[in-house]
Formats: sequence, structure tokens, C-alpha cells
Amino acid sequence: MSENQLEQIAKELVEGAVHAGATAAEALGREGDEFSVGVRLGKIERLKEAASKSLSLRVFLGQRSASAFTSDFAPDSLAKLLRRALEMARATSEDPASGLPEPDLLGQYEGDLGLYSDDVRQMTTEQRIDMARRAEAAALEADPRIINSEGASFEAGVGRKVYVNSLEFSGAYASSYCAVSVTPVAQTNGGPGGNLERDYWYSVSRRAGALDSPESVGRRAAQRVLRRLGARKISTRKVPVVFDPETAASLLGHVFEAVRGDSIYRKASFLAGKLGQRVSSENVTVVDDGLRPGGLGSRPFDDEGIASGVTPVIVKGVLQNYLLNCYTARKLGLRTTGNAVRGLAGTPGVGPKNFYLKAGSNSPEEMIRSLKEGLYVTELIGFGVNVVTGDYSRGAAGIWIEQGELAYPVAEITVAGNVGELLQQIRGVGSDLEFRGPIAAPTLLVEGLTVGGA
Amino acid sequence: MSHSDLFFFQHYGVTHEDLARYLVEAISEGGEYADLYFEHTTTCSILLDESLVKAASEGIAAGCGVRVIAGEQTGYAYSDDLSPTRILTAAKTAARIAAGPARVSTVGLSTVEPTHNFYPVVLPTGEPNLGQKLEILFRADKAARAYDPRISQVRITYGEQARHILLVGLDGKITTDFQPLVRLSISTIAEAEGRRGTGTSGGGGRVSLEYFDGEHSPEHFAREAARQAIVQLEAKEAPAGEMAVVLGPGWPGILLHEAVGHGLEADFNRKGISAFSGRRGERVASALCTVVDDGTIPGRRGSLNVDDEGEPTQKTVLIENGFLRGYLQDRLNAGLMKATRTGNGRRESYEHIPMPRMTNTYMLAGQDAPEDILHSVRRGLYAAHFGGGQVDITSGKFVFSASEAYLIEDGRITAPVRGATLIGDGPTVLKHVTAVGHDLELDPGIGTCGKDGQSVPVGVGIPTIKISRLTVGGTTPRTVENFT
Repeated sequence: MSENQLEQIAKELVEGAVHAGATAAEALGREGDEFSVGVRLGKIERLKEAASKSLSLRVFLGQRSASAFTSDFAPDSLAKLLRRALEMARATSEDPASGLPEPDLLGQYEGDLGLYSDDVRQMTTEQRIDMARRAEAAALEADPRIINSEGASFEAGVGRKVYVNSLEFSGAYASSYCAVSVTPVAQTNGGPGGNLERDYWYSVSRRAGALDSPESVGRRAAQRVLRRLGARKISTRKVPVVFDPETAASLLGHVFEAVRGDSIYRKASFLAGKLGQRVSSENVTVVDDGLRPGGLGSRPFDDEGIASGVTPVIVKGVLQNYLLNCYTARKLGLRTTGNAVRGLAGTPGVGPKNFYLKAGSNSPEEMIRSLKEGLYVTELIGFGVNVVTGDYSRGAAGIWIEQGELAYPVAEITVAGNVGELLQQIRGVGSDLEFRGPIAAPTLLVEGLTVGGA
Repeated sequence: MSHSDLFFFQHYGVTHEDLARYLVEAISEGGEYADLYFEHTTTCSILLDESLVKAASEGIAAGCGVRVIAGEQTGYAYSDDLSPTRILTAAKTAARIAAGPARVSTVGLSTVEPTHNFYPVVLPTGEPNLGQKLEILFRADKAARAYDPRISQVRITYGEQARHILLVGLDGKITTDFQPLVRLSISTIAEAEGRRGTGTSGGGGRVSLEYFDGEHSPEHFAREAARQAIVQLEAKEAPAGEMAVVLGPGWPGILLHEAVGHGLEADFNRKGISAFSGRRGERVASALCTVVDDGTIPGRRGSLNVDDEGEPTQKTVLIENGFLRGYLQDRLNAGLMKATRTGNGRRESYEHIPMPRMTNTYMLAGQDAPEDILHSVRRGLYAAHFGGGQVDITSGKFVFSASEAYLIEDGRITAPVRGATLIGDGPTVLKHVTAVGHDLELDPGIGTCGKDGQSVPVGVGIPTIKISRLTVGGTTPRTVENFT
């Protein structure tokens, strides 16, 4: 589709909606090319390439609204889309908090956020396949105990997003991403009878040139799987837990869920009603930043046409802001923070931009050295988190800490507590913050958790 | 010719000549096999929150996925509309996986007549019945709020899919299906004296709206969600450590899905990276355990007439009286393993490559009375409802998270405890099953399974069972004396 065609279709759809009687309307269009290749034991396993597009329309009849979407842009399909959206809107309820943003809030960041890099598009299929091959080869060559592989992959995508509404906002931006990952499999003693373990590593970026080398990704994946071999189960006890940056980011993800406006107005969050209160230890500062150059969560405006900015969420332990879209802002009598995200269906939700916990001054080694006994957790699995109550219970694997040293791997254990309480018991914040996704955190040392085992 | 066959021919003018042309293009650079997956899916979703219909959406996704298989290699591309030029482009792209001479210059086509229909749902005619759906949501909302004044929030979602598919492979056989899917989901929050509790319930399947008329009424699911939230208000800290665990019937069958189901999917076993690899014929469970995957149960969420590669679904025995019997196969893996296909090749949509997936996975009923099973436990945990689960296929370690659980003390269910994750080892956990009830139940039909970024609807089921030891991830460490 040519540069302005998607905007043109979106504009016409919004105009058509107003013409057909909608009091307001908005359209969100997406188009993109995706590529992925999977390589296993040096051979291509799957190769996938496709171009896709979609258009979603939301219409308002006063305080009623409904939406419809399609991947078919033929004129009769778009006419049907409009007709269905209006019909459904008549059947929904009047909701005083619904509606497009107040016009003076609309806007977009004008600078270059580095969301698109043409070097992703320019990579040839052979270069892309080679990235996956090299990552896997580096992992397989790292140690004889690495006896198999679940494969390596390289993925790339370039796309455009368009948002148009009947308040005369029109914005569009292009973005790109690429990622290389590998999952080696290792066996105790490197042979039959030994237990199998797998682990992975990856690098992801908006620029092909900024990816870690596939060799370093492969070697890191190899280190990660090797350190899991010979895992034991330990007995149940309360010990300090050190979360590595990956698992700390997963923990921070629950904090994000708890500060989302829709969790707050429904009182479906352990942080509801706590604005201005101390909710964590003083060494914790959490920020949502929509403007980080090249950030995987950066964008010039959100899915309601609100300019991106930087929102302090927790500052030195005190909850300063919830993250909001227009709807949840109105419900709470606050101002939107520009965190609207929309899928194809339904009303806008609330999503993170670059949501991160600021780096502290402790090195991960220091934090581990400070413990007589504890758990260094490197993997969390399952869904045992209740954002309403904060109850937290997840499956874990990691390395047992004895006398300040990483002593031996442990598995088939659980880590449990309450997110609201453990935020208050963060004793150490690492200096090793890295942005590897829209949610990022450094190594964290947390006290008061129960490790469940034998 | 079935309705779906006519669907693509009538609505999109697809002809047999077109299909043959796309297949010939897909195989123009070699490879053993190619297939086309035409899909047209209409979705409808409605959200009721704070007793208001806050969102209603409808959408159409139509496209065609083209796959080429060459040895262990798969080439895949798709078009997100059904125009011949875009499908041909997709076929050319997918063809590039192979490097050889063209395999065929023509394909003779024939239609496969369906042998059964597990979900003979009448298609809605004319404009969809939005009013009828809204009534279901409002009834559920009213019932949940009426259950107890402490219910403070009720959120209800209704989702519906009407999917037409047409599959044709290089053998020229055209298979079609119409796959309806309905799901009602209710979540509640109870609040009292600063304490909060949550509940979730719901139901559905490959059914029409009449499903909600009888025992599956919106009120039934709403009261269940409300009941759970009220129970949670009183919940104590959950215990931590190894103990005896009794699973209630129905939803707790997610244990089987995580502990053994994924590990028996053929792709992981062919590659030798599953904790179950090479263990066929071995004892992996107590003699009380027989576990099957069955895609043929009428109206169930996980059921299919044919899988997403055109193979009829079936009932596959995974574990028989404790012995590992079979794997779940798709076309690619069955071919490479020289095994028989089991009708488990599934995909999320035309955008995705099929792979071995579960349908409805459950354990057959045993002989024990559920109350006798409870009486046999002096100290332990009774888990009635679960949220999600996850497994590491390679190490075999799996988790599933109880959302409603109670202590068992002296053979009786006593205090409710807060949600806790249970963790175990797939190839050994079922060896500790020491009792299996006669009360097999399937889940109410709201489960979704994710693998490699693809979501598909599935079902689970289990009778009441006793696992003599399993690690419970609560917050209160218990000594062995307290919990045996």
C-alpha cells in the first residue's frame, strides 16, 4: 500500500461515519510486513513471510459507542463495517465517561524517536537466516553437554500505524523491530540417562545494527542452560530472593497491572486508593517513558491521539501517578497519561510505554555476596498472581546462594508472598538496568518471600 | 457439498481451477507437499462492566495460508484477503523453501464428504441477534450482584466466533468445516472490611445461544463466580511445601494438560527435547491413570470435525493404566516419525503454521467415591478451581495455579486458603496418584492454550484424584508432622 493510502482510507471511513450520523468517530489502521525463520541443528526448519493490514473503526452516538474491524479494504466491506458499528452502538449503554479526548489534549511528539530503521528492511533473506544459524552454532559449540537444540530464530517486521479521528487529529508513524533468539538443550553428563534442561537468550532492537552479535546471544544461552544442570529441590523456607533482570521485569509487570487506570477505578488493584502514599521501599523509582530513543515502548502519540511524555509512577517509594487513557482518567477525575492502547476490537485499554524501575547503585555480585543463604531466581513460570489482592505465588528455577556464593542450581520450587508487601521489602536495586522490552528492571534483592520446595 | 464449501465458492468466487493453480504454484520449486487453508472468521465481543454495556465489537478476518513441506522444512506465507493475485504471491513466497524442479503441473480436485458433525449449529440468518446476547449478559450481572451484597464488581465478557474453513492439499482433496465457538466469562470482586476476594467462572463451546437456556444458564455461572469471590474473603495464608493434594473434578484437569499433554506433542518428541522423549511403553503414572485426548466430544470447546490440516479428529490414548502409549501428531511430524496422524494438527488462524496441539484432554473415571478420597487424607490441600498453568517441556517441570483451595484436616475440608501455585514434575507426578474418583467432569468450556505464540481453544477434564505428594507454593511453611 502506498505511503498515504492507509491514511486516506481511515479518513474517509471517519468522514463516512460522521456523515452517516455518528456524533464522533475514530479509525486505527495498521499495515506491515513480517518475516520469521526458524533454524534447528543448522538447517532451516520454517520460513514465513507475509504482509498484513487491518482497520478498526469506533463510532459514537452521544455517549454510546461500538467498534468494528476488518482486514478486507474493499469498498463494500468498509461500508458494511460502518453499518455494523453504528447498529451495535445503538445497542450499547450510555456511558458518561466515554468519548474522544478533549480536543486540547490531542497532539504528537514531533521529534525523531528512532522507531524505524531501514536496515531491518534491507537485510536479505540469506542474512536473516545466517543470524539464526550463527546464534545456534555458537550455543551448540559452547560445551559438549549441549546435545540438542529447540532451534534458533530470527524475526523482523516493519510496519505503519495510522490514527485519525473526527476532531481532525491525523497521525501516522512507521516502526521496525528485529530479534534473534536461541534455545539450546543440555543434558547432565552430556549423555543418555541424564536430565534434560533448556534455556534461551535473545536480543531485540528496532535497528538491525544494534542487535547483539548472534555469537554472543548463543554463548549467553549456553551459559544459561549449563548452569541449570544438576538442579536440586530444596526444603521450604523463608529466605531473601535475588531476582535477575529478566525475572525482576516480570515482577515489575505486576506493578504495571496494578497501576493501570482500569484496575484502579474498579478497585481491582492492591494499589487502588494509594496515590501519594508510600507503596515501596525508598530505593524504588518507577517511570513510564514514551520518548526513549529507539525504545520498544516509545511512540509519538498513543492510540487516542495523545502526545507521549514521561510519567513518574513511583518516586522514592511514593506512588505519584496511575497510568491512564481518557476513559479511566475521566472515571478517576484525573488527566490522561497517554497510555491508551487499542487492539482490533473493543474500547482502548491501558498499556505500558517504556515502563522501568530506575537503576540503583548495587552490583548484582554485591547483592549476592551480602547473603548467607538465599535464592537467585532466573526463571518464573505460571500465572499465580492476583493483582486485586497482590497475592503472589509462582513456579521458579534458579541458583541457591550459600555464604555469598552461587552454590548449586535449584528447580521445582515456588516463590510466594504478596506483591504489595514485597515492594516494601526491596533491599537492593541493581545497577544493571537494560532495556530489552517495554518493561525493564535491574536485579532486585527482596526479603520476606517464602520459597516452597520439599 | 457442505455449507462451508459453498461459502468460499459463492462469496469469494473461488473455483476448482483457482485452487489447482495455487497448488501448482506452491510446489513449483519442489517439495513433497503443499496445502491451502482458506479461512473466513466473523467475531463478536461484548463487555458488560459496572452494569453498563461498555463495548461491542464485530470483526471479519479472511485470508488464505499457503504451506509447502520439503523434508523437515516448512515454507509458509499468507494473504489477508482472498484475491487471486495475493494468494498466488503467497504461494510463490512459500514455494521458496524448496530448491528443486516443479513437482506437478496439475492437481485433480475432489471433495471429501464429512463423516460426522460434532457441532451441528444452525447458522444465524440475517442480522445477528445482539439483543439476545445482551440479555444473557444482563442476566448474569443481575445474578452475580444478587448473590451477596459484598459483591462489589462484576465484569462479564461474551465472545463469539463463526469460522468457515476450506482445506485443500496436493492430493486434491477438498475438506471444509464450519466451526462455531461461544464463550461467556464472568469475573467478580467481593469486598468486606478491607479484604478482597476474586472469582471467575463461565462456559461455552461449539454451541448456539440455546446452550445458555438450561443448566448452563447465565445465572448458574454468575453465582459460581460470586461464590468463589465470597469464599476468598475468608481465605487464610496458603501452606508451603510438599503435601498430599486432592484435586476436585473438572477444571483441575489442567494438571493433565500441563504435566503430560504438552510433553506428548509429537514435535518435541521427534526432536528429542521433551522430558517424555523415548519413553513410549514406560510406566509414567500409577496403574489408576488412563489419560486421553479426544477431539470428538459433541459441542465441546476443544472439539473439531477435522483438524486444521483436514484430518478427522479422534480419541487418542496417551496413557493407559499408567503406561505411556501415544503422541499427538500432525502431518509433518507423523510423516517424519513414520507414525499415524491423530487429527491434532491445529493453528490459530490462516496466519499460522499448524503444529501438534491438544483438543480435550482428560483422565478416565476410576472406582473411588470422592468422599472416601478426602477421608483418606489426614493433612493436605483440596484444590477446587484453577487459573492457568505452564510447563517447561524439556525439564518436565510444570505449574498450575489454584484459585480456590482449602485445607484438609483429619479427612475433612476446612478453611479456605489464598491462591497458590502447585509445582511438579510431569513424568513422575502421576506416579503419586493413589486414588481416582468415579466423578469425571469436563471443564465448563472457557480454556485457551498458548504455544509458540498461537492460541487455540481446548478442553480439560478429570475426576476427583489424590496425589500423595506435590509441592504447594503458599506462604506458610509447614513441617512434615503437620502435613503428611
